[in-house]
Amino acid sequence: MKTEKKSRMQRLFEKGEFVVTAELGPPKSLDFSVLDRKIDLLSGVVDAVNLTDNQTAIARISSIAAGLYVMKAGLEPVIQMACRDRNRLAIQADLLGACLHGITNVLCLTGDHQCMGNHPGAKHVFDIDSIQLIQIVKNMRDKGVFQNGDEIRNSKKSDLFPPYFFIGGAANPFAEPFEWRVSRLEKKIEAGIDFIQTQCIYDMDRFGQWMKEVVDRGLHKKAKIMAGITPIKSLGMARYMRDNVAGVTVPDSVIQRMEKVENVKEEGIKFAVEQIRQFREMEGIAGVHIMAIEWEDAVKGMVESSGLLPRPKVS
Amino acid sequence: MIIAEQKPVNEILKNIPENSRLLIVGCDTCVTVCLAGGEKEVAVLSSVISMSDKKMKSIEGTSIERQCDKEFLSEIKDRVSECDIILSMACGVGVQMMSDYYNGKIVLPALNTLFMGSNEETGYWLERCLGCGDCSLDITGGICPKTRCSKGLMNGPCGGSEGGKCEVDPENLDCGWNLIYNRLKELNRLDTMAAIQPPRDWSKSHDGGPRRIIREDLLL
Repeated sequence: MKTEKKSRMQRLFEKGEFVVTAELGPPKSLDFSVLDRKIDLLSGVVDAVNLTDNQTAIARISSIAAGLYVMKAGLEPVIQMACRDRNRLAIQADLLGACLHGITNVLCLTGDHQCMGNHPGAKHVFDIDSIQLIQIVKNMRDKGVFQNGDEIRNSKKSDLFPPYFFIGGAANPFAEPFEWRVSRLEKKIEAGIDFIQTQCIYDMDRFGQWMKEVVDRGLHKKAKIMAGITPIKSLGMARYMRDNVAGVTVPDSVIQRMEKVENVKEEGIKFAVEQIRQFREMEGIAGVHIMAIEWEDAVKGMVESSGLLPRPKVS
Repeated sequence: MIIAEQKPVNEILKNIPENSRLLIVGCDTCVTVCLAGGEKEVAVLSSVISMSDKKMKSIEGTSIERQCDKEFLSEIKDRVSECDIILSMACGVGVQMMSDYYNGKIVLPALNTLFMGSNEETGYWLERCLGCGDCSLDITGGICPKTRCSKGLMNGPCGGSEGGKCEVDPENLDCGWNLIYNRLKELNRLDTMAAIQPPRDWSKSHDGGPRRIIREDLLL
């Protein structure tokens, strides 16, 4: 049996389009009015949206359930699968379930440590890590096997029925050891990723260095690389990201630029648009992933000013 | 070595019935070395309990070589016969062995047993081994990722490693994978870090009742 049904995102990449995705955090309650509003703001503006998976270790509506919801509203979901809350049994079961409902874009993550969230006394799972997860998903798709080697079929007599996925991963070019970061990406590619979304980028020089090594090693030809962007909404936020978020670097020049202006929001978007324009010119970048945290109103303007609207159609 | 620390005094007191004849028993091995449950700590805890509001009929103190060994447990038979409650200052293994050996007595733990670790410097102990049953120190330069990485990752550092520290506690906690990276680099063995480590077999870990070793060659 063949279940291959390529997602819109995958087909856009294959056409050579510069793909735009955005982050969409599922709400903490069944009050979906917030999500409805975000869906309105992003429809027609981005090609797909990432539904986070208990992001920062805070319990929310699940990624797959929220993914189904946005899909009904016409947006393409990228579901996130973190290793913190599920073992290999639960992960494989949930992935088959996602595929059953037509969700194929999967971003494989290790997951934030539970101490970052609101249930610090929870027991984490980490039965597997993100690289092992990527390999499991790839083997489910390409070899039609579960992690234990069993074939994905209902009985010996029935057809092999592998699920289909477009496999993503995350990369953080700014975490340390810096000189290991490209090798880590390479490891994820070897494990089986089709695309990666990076941590949000402010330090364009350091990102440029990382990207140069990626291109030198030819990794951009093996996986689609999407540059991560979080527009700066306030000075406080920029400083917080600089001082408190591990693996995010905000150069002083960016802080100083924001200090000089009266309207930081406007400048933040201006900076983000400049970044997107630079990414479009950089060798090896195949798209951008916009993480406008609780600022989805800003996305349309950013995408439009970057010359990326209207979004291309795929058959 | 097994590292333990004393429970808060209030918690210890809460569990001891009033007017008991109390026998506090220390252990001269691991918990003596980590200054949690040796002879000295027995003496201190005895004074603390005697000065507390909780009235005891009597408080005796002693310490034996190893509470995890039947051979040494028998030494205190007489003293045990004269008490109602044994307050063990050994690790969890010692408390259980004491309980089994003197199964007519109430045995209470005075310590929380924490980990297998090392004494890094005076007053600082560090977990070093999880006892996972599947040692991988050969591929990680002699530094255990399962213990030293907050997520127990097997394939390198996550995105939360900055300045050599782990995002879980950026002030005090080293990123285990940063340590491994530096060690392997020094050993010119970074290639082992590039190889994908497959999912672990957790059945070798604490996963289905207590693990046992049965060696036919040694069985009588």
